Amino acid sequence: MKRRFDLAEVSRRELNQALHDASDGESFEVLNPRGAHAVACGITADLDVVVRGSVGYYCAGMHQRGRVLVEGNASTGLAENIMSGLVHITGNATMSAGATGCGGLVVVGGNAGARCGISMKGVDIVVGGNVGHMSAFMAQAGNLVVCGDAAADLGDSIYEAQIFVRGDVESLGADCIEKEMRPEHVETLSRLLAAASPVGDGVDVSDFRRYGSARRLYNFTIDDVDALEAGQEAA
Amino acid sequence: MCGIVGLFCKTETHRHELGRLTAVMLREMRDRGPDSAGFASYDAGLPDRTRITVLAEGIEVDWGPVAAALEGVLGAEVTVRAVHDHVVFSTDGDGRAARQWIIDNVAGATVLSYGSQIELYKAVGDPDLVAERYDLASRTGTHALAHTRMATESAVTTNGSHPFATGADTCLVHNGSLSNHNRLRRFLEGHGESFQTENDSEVAAGYLAWRIRSGDTISQALEGALDDLDGFYTFAIGVADGFAILRDRIACKPAVVAETDDWVAMSSEYRAIARLPGAADAEVWEPEPARIYTWSLAA
Repeated sequence: MKRRFDLAEVSRRELNQALHDASDGESFEVLNPRGAHAVACGITADLDVVVRGSVGYYCAGMHQRGRVLVEGNASTGLAENIMSGLVHITGNATMSAGATGCGGLVVVGGNAGARCGISMKGVDIVVGGNVGHMSAFMAQAGNLVVCGDAAADLGDSIYEAQIFVRGDVESLGADCIEKEMRPEHVETLSRLLAAASPVGDGVDVSDFRRYGSARRLYNFTIDDVDALEAGQEAA
Repeated sequence: MCGIVGLFCKTETHRHELGRLTAVMLREMRDRGPDSAGFASYDAGLPDRTRITVLAEGIEVDWGPVAAALEGVLGAEVTVRAVHDHVVFSTDGDGRAARQWIIDNVAGATVLSYGSQIELYKAVGDPDLVAERYDLASRTGTHALAHTRMATESAVTTNGSHPFATGADTCLVHNGSLSNHNRLRRFLEGHGESFQTENDSEVAAGYLAWRIRSGDTISQALEGALDDLDGFYTFAIGVADGFAILRDRIACKPAVVAETDDWVAMSSEYRAIARLPGAADAEVWEPEPARIYTWSLAA
């Protein structure tokens, strides 16, 4: 049975406390979020949460297990630092969706704003529309899939994350380059699009191009003379 | 931090409740800036006279003789009414000349705005109380801007509160801070603008006023702003016949826009928009960096 929380009547803290106290397998429905911040943050049990309406900042932040579906838009920091599980919004996300995420899957049905996937550390992010500028900035691990276009400076100072873009890339950031799509990348992309259903439904994997790090900005091998020289040449 | 809101009524539908809806939006932004607040509203339906809104906080002035002296300067009738610690002059005379005369001749007074449509009120204190004191909810018109301030760079004073308006019917609210405002202020002073505070946002308002006074459209003025204003900003801007939004190229200060057939609303956060009539069906998006968005009553 679904437990229903109407945020027009109960506080966001009551909702989040109930989610923290809940047991695996429970289902929740959240009504009238009206842009409230920190809705459904820090879920640690295997829950199903449906939010009917648009949310504010840091929705499903630090998400650890279970599924959060938002029928609407989300503001800054959607699923920030997600560890695992699924966070899916049907509408648009503003800045920094999936920021610093360590695992799990974030699905944005519409567009994501600036710095989507900034400093991502293992999360997978699938965006049905476009992403804003400086997406995947300093991304360290995980995959960012963009079914639309990417704005300027995509993947600036990227480490080892992979970026897949179906549409146009306005420009690549420092040390981000296009890379070959090998069979293992096609497989990864297919898996992510399937997991992001219905956002990834009917999307042709062969339309995508892959981007990643040229590895010229690494300086933790500063003692490695060859790497240092390579870095200087690149500069 | 600061919170900004703007509401532009594209159709007649909500113009009778412009102030009430703006107050609803302002309330939601209260905790982004609890130390002071202000609002400006535009009403084209008022008699076509220039109104000059003046802040007279902490000064004792007999306004009748001031109005009489101003009549002499402008060569036109001047009426005056007080709204708490604000005073509104009305005249058929030149608003820009009136603004400058008041700045030069009424010690301690700050001219907040002038124009045929705009009135502007601001105060230190809880945004809800500010809205209540100056009766925001009763205002009608085409568009309004409001601001809640969390002061980071200068003291909590009424003069440091937004909106800022230095030119005719040209008004701005700002979330962010500018780094080249001192030099730009000197430049603008050399080009006929006058300023009343040390505030960076007033310089941005003065910049737009100067460009528009020089013949620019609001879009042209904002094109110039992208090159000439250094710093970070999300602006909501009002002019006599329109409304505009601009974010800097990095766009780290939040902004969200929603649009229906009847209105355009922008705010720092969606929750300020969520309570507007029809918000659930509005198109909602994040304005892109360095992109100029304008809406015009003429369109």
